[in-house]
Amino acid sequence: MMQPGDILRFSTRSLTGFRTRTILMVIAMAIGVGAVVVLTALGEGARRYVVNEFSSLGTNLIIVFPGRTETGGNVPGMLVGRSPRDLTLEDAVAVLRSRHVTRIAPLNIGSAYLSRGRLSREAPVLGTTYEFRDIRRLEMGRGSFLPPADPTKAQSICVIGQTLAEELFPNEEPIGQWLRIGDRRFRVIGVLGSKGRSLGFDTDELAIIPVASAQQLFNQPSLFRILVETRHRESLDTAREEIRRILKDRHEGDEDVTVVTQDAVLATFDRILRTLTLAVGGIAAISLAVAGILTMNVMLVAVSQRTAEIGLLKAIGASRQQIRNLFFAEAALLSACGAIVGLGLGAAGILIIRQIYPAFPAAAPLWAVAAAVLTAALTGVSFSVMPARRAARLDPVIALAKR
Amino acid sequence: MISLAGIDRIFQVGDQTVHALANVNLEITAGEYVSIMGPSGSGKSTLLNIVGLLDRPTDGIYKLDGRDVTGLSDEDQARVRREKIGFVFQAFHLVPRLTALENVAVPMMLAGIGINERRRRAAKSLGDFGLGDRMDHRPSQLSGGQRQRVAMARATIMRPPVLLADEPTGNLDRASGHEVVGLLEQLNASGVTLIVVTHDPELGQRARRQLHMVDGSIDTDDVLQP
Repeated sequence: MMQPGDILRFSTRSLTGFRTRTILMVIAMAIGVGAVVVLTALGEGARRYVVNEFSSLGTNLIIVFPGRTETGGNVPGMLVGRSPRDLTLEDAVAVLRSRHVTRIAPLNIGSAYLSRGRLSREAPVLGTTYEFRDIRRLEMGRGSFLPPADPTKAQSICVIGQTLAEELFPNEEPIGQWLRIGDRRFRVIGVLGSKGRSLGFDTDELAIIPVASAQQLFNQPSLFRILVETRHRESLDTAREEIRRILKDRHEGDEDVTVVTQDAVLATFDRILRTLTLAVGGIAAISLAVAGILTMNVMLVAVSQRTAEIGLLKAIGASRQQIRNLFFAEAALLSACGAIVGLGLGAAGILIIRQIYPAFPAAAPLWAVAAAVLTAALTGVSFSVMPARRAARLDPVIALAKR
Repeated sequence: MISLAGIDRIFQVGDQTVHALANVNLEITAGEYVSIMGPSGSGKSTLLNIVGLLDRPTDGIYKLDGRDVTGLSDEDQARVRREKIGFVFQAFHLVPRLTALENVAVPMMLAGIGINERRRRAAKSLGDFGLGDRMDHRPSQLSGGQRQRVAMARATIMRPPVLLADEPTGNLDRASGHEVVGLLEQLNASGVTLIVVTHDPELGQRARRQLHMVDGSIDTDDVLQP
């Protein structure tokens, strides 16, 4: 029997003998593997990014919003002709009665024109209270945040993001200046520090005003969200139940609000992004399948190019099994080289992404790398079954007759 | 040594059946020097391929060294070819990307012989064929005569008792042709059974036993008395 080392050596010689063909095949395979690695790294990076963002907010957070989104036993209000009851500021204050709750921040949000003299632009406006800063861990650039006050009292003060400050007060100190938001005037008392994008809000472009002022400005008595911070992480679930009960009592027994823990939101995001990673990985795997079909083509061409050689090998004592093994080894070597080069390409791609977006934690999950390499090997070898068999079955008489 | 009894070989070409060999009976004893001559299509190459186990007869029994090899499995036939039969082709059939030394070593590689012994034996054999200084050349860097000598070194490296040559001088000039024939006859003189297929009468008539084939049958079988 032929020694395994000899099979490898002989196949390597035939791969190096047909250099262009080999290089092209390796590139095709490498692009497939590289694509899987880079795309899953992007997906995984997105997942990690979101998870990081959430955990930077603190993990003992509960979010309350009006309307029921979970499907429960009760008939949705919509079907019986009732719109969900408003989530009011009084509801928000009532939540504080739970002994597990340390802080709350009511949230009202809208979009308005901000103008100062001739300068104006549209920006998201957030109505909230003093506590919001601590719950969201916002940094201040200059000046101060909304002061502690009765949340039901409207005040004409605002805090603006850095981009807004630069655009509306070019080369000026905004603090103490007046700013028109919608049809009202607000005095700027602080500028937010640069924290960048966080949970969909770009804090650089945000204007924050007292929640009661926002309710008047947007003529919207219902709150958008109530952020609730609990004492401990362990008391999250009890707190959630208490909040639900308090609000149910206040709403005449109707459960018309949704209370979710941040963990639940995080888990959902986690699930969605994991699925996304799988999906893009799968799409990239198609290119691997294409590479596999290319391998088959090239191996078939190789068989017809090398009929004389195959015939000769048979004449000097190679069995069908040996011929098959030789062609298999060749395909396996091709796939292995392609996989290795592809991993290199993928690693380089990830490095480049990290250079361009340093904040984005792109990293290929190990399972994806393993899957890519395995798929490459599998496609390479399985698509070479046919060519190898064809080579083995070749009639040596006919093979040798070709000159 | 070689015993063919009632060998038929029928090819199906389109809807025509071609009787390439019809009831061939042939006995060749060890150490003989046989030439097979005849016009194209007379079946001489088919006969050689059957003797070399590259082709299977449609009917009949082929015994090699007293053993019926007609119905052997592919694996066993490959072994017989490896150990008992050496081929020399008109077109040399060297592997172009391998050096002369590596080409000679291929049969040993297929037999699973270790690389060091392969190198040693292949180098010695090439030296015997006068190619000691051409071992690391590729076939494209060798002349026709040199290529055929590499092919002969390869055919004999496993020390087979039978050597089959199909038009061994067909692609060579006269001088190289003579050289190759001389080497083949030397091998025969050392005891190897030599069967040469040719339509060159000058080459064919050098053999002590001359077969003439016509239409798939052996027409004449002359043995020269020394």
